[in-house]
Amino acid sequence: MSSTTRSGPAISVAGLTKTYRARDREVRALDGVDFSVEPGTVLGLLGPNGAGKSTTVKILTTLSSADSGTATVAGYDVAREARDVRHAIGYVSQKPGFDPIGTGVENLVLAGRVYGMSARTARERAGELLERFGLADSGRRLARTWSGGMQRKLDVAMSLMHRPQVLFLDEPTTGLDPEARADMWAEIAHLAADDGLAVLLTTHYLEEADHLAQRLVIVDHGRVVVSGTPDALKRGLSGDAIAVELADCSEVERASGVLSGLARVRELTRDLDTLRARVDDGGAALLEVMAALDAADLRLSAATVSRPSLDDVYLRYAGRTFASAEAASVPGGRAREEVAA
Amino acid sequence: MTTALVHTRLLTERSLRTLARQPAYLAFTLIQPLVWLLLFGQLFRNVVELPGFGGENYLTYLTPGIAVMTAMFSAGWAGTGFIVAMDRGVMDRDLTSPVGRGALMASSLASQSVTIAIQTVIVMAVGVVAGARFDGGALGWTVVIVAAVLLGCVFAALSNAVALLVRQQEALIGISQFLTLPLTFLSSVMLAPALMPEWVATVARLNPVDWAAVASREALSASPDWSMVGGRLGLLLVLAVLMAALATRAFRAYQRST
Repeated sequence: MSSTTRSGPAISVAGLTKTYRARDREVRALDGVDFSVEPGTVLGLLGPNGAGKSTTVKILTTLSSADSGTATVAGYDVAREARDVRHAIGYVSQKPGFDPIGTGVENLVLAGRVYGMSARTARERAGELLERFGLADSGRRLARTWSGGMQRKLDVAMSLMHRPQVLFLDEPTTGLDPEARADMWAEIAHLAADDGLAVLLTTHYLEEADHLAQRLVIVDHGRVVVSGTPDALKRGLSGDAIAVELADCSEVERASGVLSGLARVRELTRDLDTLRARVDDGGAALLEVMAALDAADLRLSAATVSRPSLDDVYLRYAGRTFASAEAASVPGGRAREEVAA
Repeated sequence: MTTALVHTRLLTERSLRTLARQPAYLAFTLIQPLVWLLLFGQLFRNVVELPGFGGENYLTYLTPGIAVMTAMFSAGWAGTGFIVAMDRGVMDRDLTSPVGRGALMASSLASQSVTIAIQTVIVMAVGVVAGARFDGGALGWTVVIVAAVLLGCVFAALSNAVALLVRQQEALIGISQFLTLPLTFLSSVMLAPALMPEWVATVARLNPVDWAAVASREALSASPDWSMVGGRLGLLLVLAVLMAALATRAFRAYQRST
């Protein structure tokens, strides 16, 4: 059951570092991470695979320990008061945490009883949560027969059984179809707003973070590169984004030289065969850019202009686009679904 | 402490529920030992005419040994449960809840024990149907079950430790190939100690499989030497507790690599 509440932020993280040691090399997973989460808010922890999101969550949920730095959850120190932390949190990991050979009710009741709930209280609470998540009709069926979206909701419901103060959702919608994802978003939005939970949400979907989180922390290479509200982060980027994709990627260098000579082009970056820049009045600027490239005999395969998005925020602070960071983080460069607006 | 017991009971119920809904698993682990029992029982029927067996029916000699061997073989795969739990998010969910590491280990051993008790009774019953004759009665059977359960806990704890350290199903094959088979042949499960080469007999005395087999056969005999039975069961108990404690420490390695 919920322990006594301590005042202050629901999560507070300062100077967290963690290095994994493999046989022949060291991987610095966290390199000094700081942030805090207030009760009743959703914090989006955003970054490509390998950026340090999961490591941060594992330390905060007492699954792993940091090399240095401090972290408190619900007012308890994760290293010294792990037992209290465990009573105060709910954790939905990336992987399914229910027993597929158990029914929905059985899974929920067990999830409540390990926190000391009586069988009767647990059954009542299970019924309440099944109702709330629209799972009541399936409660007595084995969880392995449920759809992916229903199973994900079961995972979330299990983590809510004991009414935690802080909820960790580690990539809660990865692998869900768009409909199930929208459904899950609605539920997550309720959790903070109606239940007053502090929610730490990790995601690699920019759209998800934009939609759900009151505050964002963008991590890359184990560091916080920027944090703030989604709107403030987007406002911080003045002007529109333009991107031109060259037909011949060996010409990127020369094209970059041409564009950097244009007065209205700012924050020019290169990414494989694509050049990106920030400009005022994107439409007129794009024409000018295209004319300049044409004059230099450089052929384009695509050109776009867009209002600032979180992807631009990411590009600005992490120095690369979110999609390319994702691709680079996965062996073999498997590109993930792109959701950047 | 009481919390740990409640957690152990709750998680044991979860495992047994799974077992009850997938009884094929239990049947599967019985196929090999039953083949051994019936095949070897026939093949070596006349081995009892050699000195050292006391002239009894070979199935009477062989069945308790096969029962404890079955316990060891089946317990060697106990770690599969942890590996499945780690591959899914179940282990992480349990570890972020108030459930202790000790309760996770104890519940795994407890559900294995129930499985082993059922298997032991089946193997013994098949032996009786095939022609084994036991004088020991209910007490004798109880000792066989206790010996099988304790031996099973030793190997289930080992299997769980390997699962936590290596986190791959394949590593558990190593236990059955490099440990359980040799330990069976370096014991009196098949062959009376008097017929073994000197060094095998020496090794057998240090072999937990042999402790379990000796205690079981002795308890089923017409006039058991109870101090011998008690001594062997005591050794098994100590080893099982030791292995369980060491295996619980393996959670630390899992969490370090997390």
